[in-house]
Amino acid sequence: MELSVDGRKVFAATGGKPFDPSLPAIVFVHGAAADHTVWKLQTRYFAWHGQGVLAVDMPAHGRSEGPPIPTIEGLADWLIALLDAAGLRQAALVGHSVGSLVTLEAAARHPGRVSALALLGCAVPMRVNDELLSSARANEHLANQLTNAWGYGRAAQRGKNTVPGMWMMAGGMRLLEDAGDGILYNDMNACHVYEGGDAAARNLTCPTLSIMGERDMMTPVRQARKLAQQISGARQVVIEGAGHIMMDETPDATLEALRDFLPAPS
Amino acid sequence: MADPKNLNFDTLTLHAGQKPDAAYGARAVPIYQSTSFVFQDTDHAAALFNLERAGHIYSRISNPTVAVLEERIAALEGGVGAVATASGQAALHLGIATLMGQGSHIVSSASIYGGSHNMFAHTLPRFGIEATFVDPRDPDAYAAAIRPNTRLLYGETLGNPGLEVMNVRAVSDVAHAHGIPLMIDNTFATPYLFRPFEHGADIVTHSATKFLGGHGVAVAGILVDSGQFDWEGSGKFPTMTEPYDGYHGLDFAEEFGPGAFIMRARMEGLRDFGASMSPQTAFYILQGVETLSVRMERHVTNTREIVKFLSGNEAVAWVTYPELPNHADHNLAMSLLPEGAGAIFSFGIRGGRGAGAKFIESLEIYSHLANVGDAKSLIIHPASTTHQQMDAASLEAAGVSEDMVRMSVGLEDVRDLMDDLGNALRRSQR
Repeated sequence: MELSVDGRKVFAATGGKPFDPSLPAIVFVHGAAADHTVWKLQTRYFAWHGQGVLAVDMPAHGRSEGPPIPTIEGLADWLIALLDAAGLRQAALVGHSVGSLVTLEAAARHPGRVSALALLGCAVPMRVNDELLSSARANEHLANQLTNAWGYGRAAQRGKNTVPGMWMMAGGMRLLEDAGDGILYNDMNACHVYEGGDAAARNLTCPTLSIMGERDMMTPVRQARKLAQQISGARQVVIEGAGHIMMDETPDATLEALRDFLPAPS
Repeated sequence: MADPKNLNFDTLTLHAGQKPDAAYGARAVPIYQSTSFVFQDTDHAAALFNLERAGHIYSRISNPTVAVLEERIAALEGGVGAVATASGQAALHLGIATLMGQGSHIVSSASIYGGSHNMFAHTLPRFGIEATFVDPRDPDAYAAAIRPNTRLLYGETLGNPGLEVMNVRAVSDVAHAHGIPLMIDNTFATPYLFRPFEHGADIVTHSATKFLGGHGVAVAGILVDSGQFDWEGSGKFPTMTEPYDGYHGLDFAEEFGPGAFIMRARMEGLRDFGASMSPQTAFYILQGVETLSVRMERHVTNTREIVKFLSGNEAVAWVTYPELPNHADHNLAMSLLPEGAGAIFSFGIRGGRGAGAKFIESLEIYSHLANVGDAKSLIIHPASTTHQQMDAASLEAAGVSEDMVRMSVGLEDVRDLMDDLGNALRRSQR
């Protein structure tokens, strides 16, 4: 569906069912230079199991209009404005990577608006490798290659996709290639310079889940645990064998972790 | 400098899509000879049918053994996914049926496999899909033949049987300028010699019966999606961009992004048309794919020796192989196919049809049959067999002459092959 936030068109996938704001809502926020399709094996399930689902494309990503928003704080406020646009007083937020920082900051800034928070591949500070950042700034293909190779766990790089016949490494690469110039850098840099993560974690009041990939090279378990330990009552799930892009690499384990955590619709 | 350290081609031929079997640790790909797969519970069953979760339901739609082959070929071609089919022709038909319906039009190379030509010229028109055939060497001819209802440009990496080398980049530029995808049959080259997606193609088909299998024991096909075509931007493909009642209003491009085409091909095309591959066949083809690189290297070195041998033989009127300087596409072949222009080529025998018949019947190691890409060397006379249904004009457009013999060079010791050819050529001239 299309929404308007700050006068600009925003696209949000609804899991194949028309969005009903009267249902308990889950808002999914993707990672760097990605879009709503990364959640395809979670959003359809929740949408067909009594939840209202919005998998948003951040500004200048996927089908949403630009320009990109360069800071986590700016994106957090944008996300809350999106809840307003969708007619949602409150929603559960699920974020991945840069999206996880956006949801973390949004939940800390606007505690009354977030019923539950699931952070996937989330650690602070989320510093980005210098070479990756500089190649992203220069819009070099190397930046896509590094992001893809470090994003997917080594096991996923040999395949055996849960989705029959699909080769994940090319799927990830196409998403990165489809993002416009400057988008990967915008997102990576937003992570790199974000300093508010520890304070946001300590301020959280909603139930929180951290989903970590055992073989995550971008946000290693050790760092993700440090963040989770700062969040009062946070639940931690480590998915065996998964890398950073767990909702694609291990879609069933990711879905089950979310399903066990998010309140079931009445 | 940072290194992405992606797995390389030869490693992918052996490992992509598979991990040792979780149940027993089997190192080889197990043959899951089962039509159907048990659900965890009723919710899991319903979620699988509604594409909320992924997994195997019924082997017409997907099967664990077949999925390994699909993922492996997708990896080797650099595509987002693949669907294996009962034959190469089934892969071609599945691709077309996924893209278009009645009232559509295809622009195809004139130099294609006779069976594909039949499908386009004689069979698809019954279903309201027409085709125009053009010279594969002329991207402008592709452009000129495009109509408002054109939905696909099509060609083969190496034309059949004239071995015209497709300028994939030039034709893909034409296709994309019109918001149309380019589909390439990459059977003759295999991804070892050429990867069409790196040159702008959008969809690839294979007769996996040929070099991918390599052993001539199983008929098989595969359809591969690059994930690069912008269905939404084109606006010409409602099957990808509009709600589909067959899955409760699912919009494939919105839901699956770069995987829209191949997901539709599986979830609609295999579900409803059902030209699926059996697990046993997938196992056979996988045995071949594991040695693709070493086989193709040997196929090419043997071919180069044989081409040289025939070019110097008095009984041979002409030899067509893209690596020869007199081939019309020599420069293009050198640039696009640096590892080799395949293991199939044609030549003419002095003395016309009669001498050709005598030659073929005198061969002892070569097999006279209608196939290519076997580990064994094969030979055929196209005008009387594979291209028999074409009229004289179509034969000429496809570059098939009466004296043409097509050879697929195998993996035998090349000295034995040259002896066999030398003896048969001598007999042909008596």
